[in-house]
Amino acid sequence: MTTITISYPDKSRRTAITQEPAWVRRTLIGLALIFLALFLFVPLISVFYEALKKGVDVYFAAITEADARAAIRLTLIAAAIAVPLNLIFGVAAAWAIAKFEFRGKNILTTLIDLPFSVSPVIAGLIYVLVFGLQGWLGPWLAEHDIKIIFAVPGIVLATVFVTVPFIARELIPLMQAQGTEEEEAAVILGASGWQTFWRITLPNIKWGLLYGVILCNARAMGEFGAVSVVSGHIRGQTNTLPLHVEILYNEYNYAAAFAVASLLALLALITLAIKTFVESKVTQQKIKE
Amino acid sequence: MSTFKQHSVLPGFNLALGFTLLYLSLIVLIPLSAAFFRAAELTWTEFWTVVTTPRVLASYRLTFGASFAAALTNALFGLLIAWVLVRYQFTGKRLIDALIDLPFALPTAVAGIALTALYAGNGWIGQFLEPLGIKVAFTPVGIYVALTFIGLPFVVRTVQPVLEDIETELEEAAAMLGANRLQIFLRIIFPAIFPALMTGFALAFARAIGEYGSVIFIAGNMPMVSEITPLLIITKLEQYDYAGATAIAVVMLVISFILLLIINLLQWWSRHRNALA
Repeated sequence: MTTITISYPDKSRRTAITQEPAWVRRTLIGLALIFLALFLFVPLISVFYEALKKGVDVYFAAITEADARAAIRLTLIAAAIAVPLNLIFGVAAAWAIAKFEFRGKNILTTLIDLPFSVSPVIAGLIYVLVFGLQGWLGPWLAEHDIKIIFAVPGIVLATVFVTVPFIARELIPLMQAQGTEEEEAAVILGASGWQTFWRITLPNIKWGLLYGVILCNARAMGEFGAVSVVSGHIRGQTNTLPLHVEILYNEYNYAAAFAVASLLALLALITLAIKTFVESKVTQQKIKE
Repeated sequence: MSTFKQHSVLPGFNLALGFTLLYLSLIVLIPLSAAFFRAAELTWTEFWTVVTTPRVLASYRLTFGASFAAALTNALFGLLIAWVLVRYQFTGKRLIDALIDLPFALPTAVAGIALTALYAGNGWIGQFLEPLGIKVAFTPVGIYVALTFIGLPFVVRTVQPVLEDIETELEEAAAMLGANRLQIFLRIIFPAIFPALMTGFALAFARAIGEYGSVIFIAGNMPMVSEITPLLIITKLEQYDYAGATAIAVVMLVISFILLLIINLLQWWSRHRNALA
């Protein structure tokens, strides 16, 4: 979804001839800021304002009660499974696509991006169609007393689905740009495949990898639609943090809903901070090369 | 093998590609195919009846209409924001640049309840709109607001790098030859960024039609009035109408795949354009 943007010499300092008059500049900046304030900053601030409106005690009670703790635990579990799986997938896919030439590469790249163009609701639905009681594997699973839909495995699967492309799509263009010369040299000098990967490839892609991981993690912890379809909404058992927000909100418990939501908003801000830091690292790396 | 893959001294191709294909099949392709196989159990007439009932048609109109309006708003303001970030100096620019991606990072449910609280009749923004007779929360306008929020980064992030790459020399030459700023923008800059702008628009639109989390809180969810298609799929599922839910899902999937194709073509066009420039 996002690509790492690299800023070259600052284009905002310009000669008079290619610069708009001051009043045009000020009007445009003003319009942009008003739009951003209405659509970005005010909503963000309002989350924390609503969360703390009823006081700090209510806030901490809401985020430490048993159901909230269970939701935090399940969200962490889902992300702890989905992110490493998609990390391994991302590295494998990028290795195959970026380091080798083979037929059907473009199709494979498009297929990896597929989960981004599927509605989260449909992502949940397809797992119901496979694992649900009416689904392909439903009767067999019921016979062996295995629950996937309306249980934790379903939540994990839906989370994995929606986060499949994140790491792969950061690594593929990065590794393509780096080429294969360094790895080829290592192999010719006698390094094994794993040695080459750990000593040469990994140090080269570490920032891109981290970038993909934090975006993948943010989506894994924040996913709502897909998880909502497969969860069954059992409080304390199959509720992730975003689903817990929905339940509290629908119970008109706004202060608690926003308190839990503020944890997720905080996660988003931390994600953006790390992302900005990583982008500056990538820019430095580019300039050095 | 030799025609399928070019020779390379690097190891691990079979393992990496094999794992990639296996994983992708198990997690993405086989589950997705389940939707098409399930829908194929219906006859064509049954399928067509399910996906064209007045309630479903109303949901398409709303989903695509609101998504289109939101993507259009994103194109306009996304271009403005990208322009301001690339070309002008002002305080807080770096912070704003970092916060543009907030809609990608903020869970949709959080965005949904925050926007609902803001645009409700007694909310920070709603209280000024209500006396003017503008109701946002719990109406289709609310859906438009939520979709505008989640689509915001797409246009900014596709246009920004292209705008950064435009050579100043071309603009200087045009200015020397007597073109004014507006002419330079319309004749030189706009054609250069147009493919990227279209890509961003299509990405925002594609994301909006599938969006669920941020919309359901603010929409009001009235059948025929403010019920989006993804919500209708969930409603059918909750009524154990698997066939109905799947049929509508297949319509959405086909539209999404067509959009994905268009986006790929636009990106190719964009790269091609830039390579020539």
